Amino acid sequence: MTEALDVTLTVNGERHAVRVEARRTLADALREDCGLTGTHLGCEHGVCGACTVLLDGEPVRACLLFAVQAQGRAIRTVEGLAEGGELSPLQRAFIENHALQCGYCTPGFLMLGTALLERDPTMSDEALVDALSSNICRCTGYANIAKAVRAAAAEMRERVPA
Amino acid sequence: MDGLSPRPGEDARTLAAGPGRVVGRAVTRIEDLPLVRGEGLFAADVNFPRQLHMRVVRAEIAHGRIVSVDAEAARAMPGVVAVWTAADVADIPLIPFRATKVRGLEPYCQPVLARDRVRYVGEPVAVVLADDAYRAEDAAETVMVELEELPVVLDAAAPPGEFAPGHDTEPTVVRKEYGDIDAAFRSAHAVVELELSVGRHSGVPLETRGAIARYDAAHDVLELHGTAKKQHWNRDEIARLLGRPPQGVHLFEGHVGGGFGVRGELYPEDLLVCAAALRLRRPIKWIEDRREHLVATNHSRQQSHRIRAAVDAEGRLLGIDDVFFHDQGAYVRTHGARVADLAAGMLPGPYRLPAYRVAGHFRLTNKTPAATYRAPGRYETTFVRERLMDAIAARLEIDPVEIRRRNLVATAEMPHARPLDALGTDVVLDSGDYEGLLDKALARFGWDAMHKELAARRAAGECVGAGLAFFVEKSGLGPSDGVRVTVDATGAVEVVSGAASVGQGVETALAQICAEALGVDYSSIRVVRGRTDRIEFGNGAHASRVTVMSGSATWQASLAVREMALECAAQLLQLSPAELTISEGVVTRADGLAGPSLTLAEIARGRGPNSPAMRGQTPGLTAERWFWSDHMAYPYGVHLAQIRIDAGTGGVTVERYLVANDIGRAINPMLVEGQIVGGLAQGLGGALLEEFRYDPSGQPLSTTLADYLIPTIAEMPEVDVLIAEDAPSPLNPLGVKGAGEGGTNGAGACIASAVDDALRRPGAITSLPLLPAHLRALLVEAP
Repeated sequence: MTEALDVTLTVNGERHAVRVEARRTLADALREDCGLTGTHLGCEHGVCGACTVLLDGEPVRACLLFAVQAQGRAIRTVEGLAEGGELSPLQRAFIENHALQCGYCTPGFLMLGTALLERDPTMSDEALVDALSSNICRCTGYANIAKAVRAAAAEMRERVPA
Repeated sequence: MDGLSPRPGEDARTLAAGPGRVVGRAVTRIEDLPLVRGEGLFAADVNFPRQLHMRVVRAEIAHGRIVSVDAEAARAMPGVVAVWTAADVADIPLIPFRATKVRGLEPYCQPVLARDRVRYVGEPVAVVLADDAYRAEDAAETVMVELEELPVVLDAAAPPGEFAPGHDTEPTVVRKEYGDIDAAFRSAHAVVELELSVGRHSGVPLETRGAIARYDAAHDVLELHGTAKKQHWNRDEIARLLGRPPQGVHLFEGHVGGGFGVRGELYPEDLLVCAAALRLRRPIKWIEDRREHLVATNHSRQQSHRIRAAVDAEGRLLGIDDVFFHDQGAYVRTHGARVADLAAGMLPGPYRLPAYRVAGHFRLTNKTPAATYRAPGRYETTFVRERLMDAIAARLEIDPVEIRRRNLVATAEMPHARPLDALGTDVVLDSGDYEGLLDKALARFGWDAMHKELAARRAAGECVGAGLAFFVEKSGLGPSDGVRVTVDATGAVEVVSGAASVGQGVETALAQICAEALGVDYSSIRVVRGRTDRIEFGNGAHASRVTVMSGSATWQASLAVREMALECAAQLLQLSPAELTISEGVVTRADGLAGPSLTLAEIARGRGPNSPAMRGQTPGLTAERWFWSDHMAYPYGVHLAQIRIDAGTGGVTVERYLVANDIGRAINPMLVEGQIVGGLAQGLGGALLEEFRYDPSGQPLSTTLADYLIPTIAEMPEVDVLIAEDAPSPLNPLGVKGAGEGGTNGAGACIASAVDDALRRPGAITSLPLLPAHLRALLVEAP
């Protein structure tokens, strides 16, 4: 269709040289070209948030970005959350609070939650609900997702005294 | 001693009441680790070398005669390997439905690609197979389908139209009746009559469907990946439709991004990828996009009822007479008339009903075909029945709670047999303390105090109200399910089941049951499900059946392995089996005294095929058991809600919600609560937000998630869950009843009741969903 372009994507600190058409979405490039299938597609029109990744620390919809737009930016995906095999506090909190059932929306919520916690682990409940309302979960009814983010926030506050 | 057949008395052992070592405990799930690490295997994550991508060309009008399909341009495009239309798949029969008592539906089944006519927007007309998903989509856009428009039928209650020459759009009428219904109405103190309807909505899982087929020529096996729910039935049908023996077809289940009834049925795309893999000798991958999903995957729920009740002066039901119209959409799919049948069979719910007559008109319309969605036929009829109870209460000026008390089936009447059937089994309410649970729920919600508070808020100008709905669910559909439990030479335990998982925690629940029976750690048990290559038969995961059926089989197989291990250990340790126990995978003396011990690994090695001791026996520390059940187990519960209506917008805010649900026994209370709260979110979606709307020509209007609104966290109230275990099921050794659907079941009915109360207009709400514009209009016309 269109000419392929050479792009270097930096994902979880690793550089991936990929050749993509201009129209290739970041989500497809991550999944198909970088082999990182943890980022899921739920709607491909920016509503559900399943494909949420962090671009320079900000949560974005990977289905609404082209891969070429991510050149030179730091991309973080769910595969990068665990450090040295050890789960992040939020990943652990998701398990301990039964914040996932089918697990399809989970990577998106984990990335959204990670960004929220890195920005402000002291955020109010109201602000948390407002932020989490940008993603859809069809299984849990959300109560345990909010609980898990709160639990991880509490743990992070303990670790880093204000 | 072998593990293949039960020994006398074996089946009698039941799980003791109260929490066990692992059963009844809120332990974390064994499924979670790969899912939080991004290492899951959902359909789109499955890839094979040399795979082709399939793109479906779909009908763009609701009813039309196919004049021509021109695919020449598509065939010439780069990367395109084939384009198929109906003529290319004429040898594949119509997609069948699972047998029910309802006959005569065969002519109304769907072809894999439309023949002669298209009957709904989204119907597959052609497929493009190309070496890249983007290229397949590009090519599909060039396929020209010329259609000659035909008149559409969009209202299931309107007079039937033509499906095909000689067949109208009413394939069948589901009729059930018992008692003297005419006498009930002749002798009635009052007759209450309502017209009620439930909107078209559905499961809409977050993962769309996907199907990846691969023909393994080396072994002559056709593999289908991305499957769910009913692998064995689907395997058998795929084999039959494509002319292969079932042994030459295997279905595999990876992770499943939500099922809710709609996923895992046999759809046109499943057969198309299989046929293409066989013919083109290359793996074929198809992943549905969201717009496709909203027009192609099963819809559900749409029914309209004209219901009448005859009651005596105290508000006791004498009879119910219901006529309803079930909007099936364009074709009969794999469920046949099951939803209409369930609606008819389950409508009476928890109430004593001397006479009943129902006629369910099963009607085809030019919309996406419909089938089951979580609490199928019950979400709809709980709405209808509970609206009726509220109307009776209003008519006779009896409190809505009191009217229910007077009609609830009493504990002393259990088991309560109704001369009715549902899902082909007689409806026998197996156990329950309905009024006891109602009392508990009202007390926990603070029902009486809340009403005083609401009165004060109303006096201050707020539009607030409260409502309730009682429901009866069904679960544990038989007839059978089998489980094989095996301890390997390292002591690792594997549970192989014919069940499937749709993400609800099946693996953890079965592991807990196995761990409890066998005496091992639940978290290291491997649970195999959804694979036809590992177990010969299976009835899958639907109808809240897995924990009841496969759970009971797991219990029995695990006990059999335990017994086998104890007998082997007893011989080696020169003690009797009764003197031994198993804990953490080690056989020790039951009295706690020091002494020799044996691990399950050692026992398994001793039972290996080359062990001299096994000569003449079936080797292995393994047992397979089949659990059979003729009747379903009936969970029940109460929904209570407190809501507020915004007088300016007509929007409903659910302030507080309680679901009380007796499920006999909670294997894992944390997972049960998760099922109930998640189910409630879907029930509230159907009550307040979700609807597949169509324009007058049959064009779907809800084709993005920005138009089809799923609840977010912002729409969810604070939910209290009361899990009751007052009435264990007598039908299985665990006492368990299914927990998957009670959270959804009563939500529409409960919200309608609460909105009536807020409006101070009993009976104002006659349809779902309750959209703001409608409520705003009701508020404006309110006195």
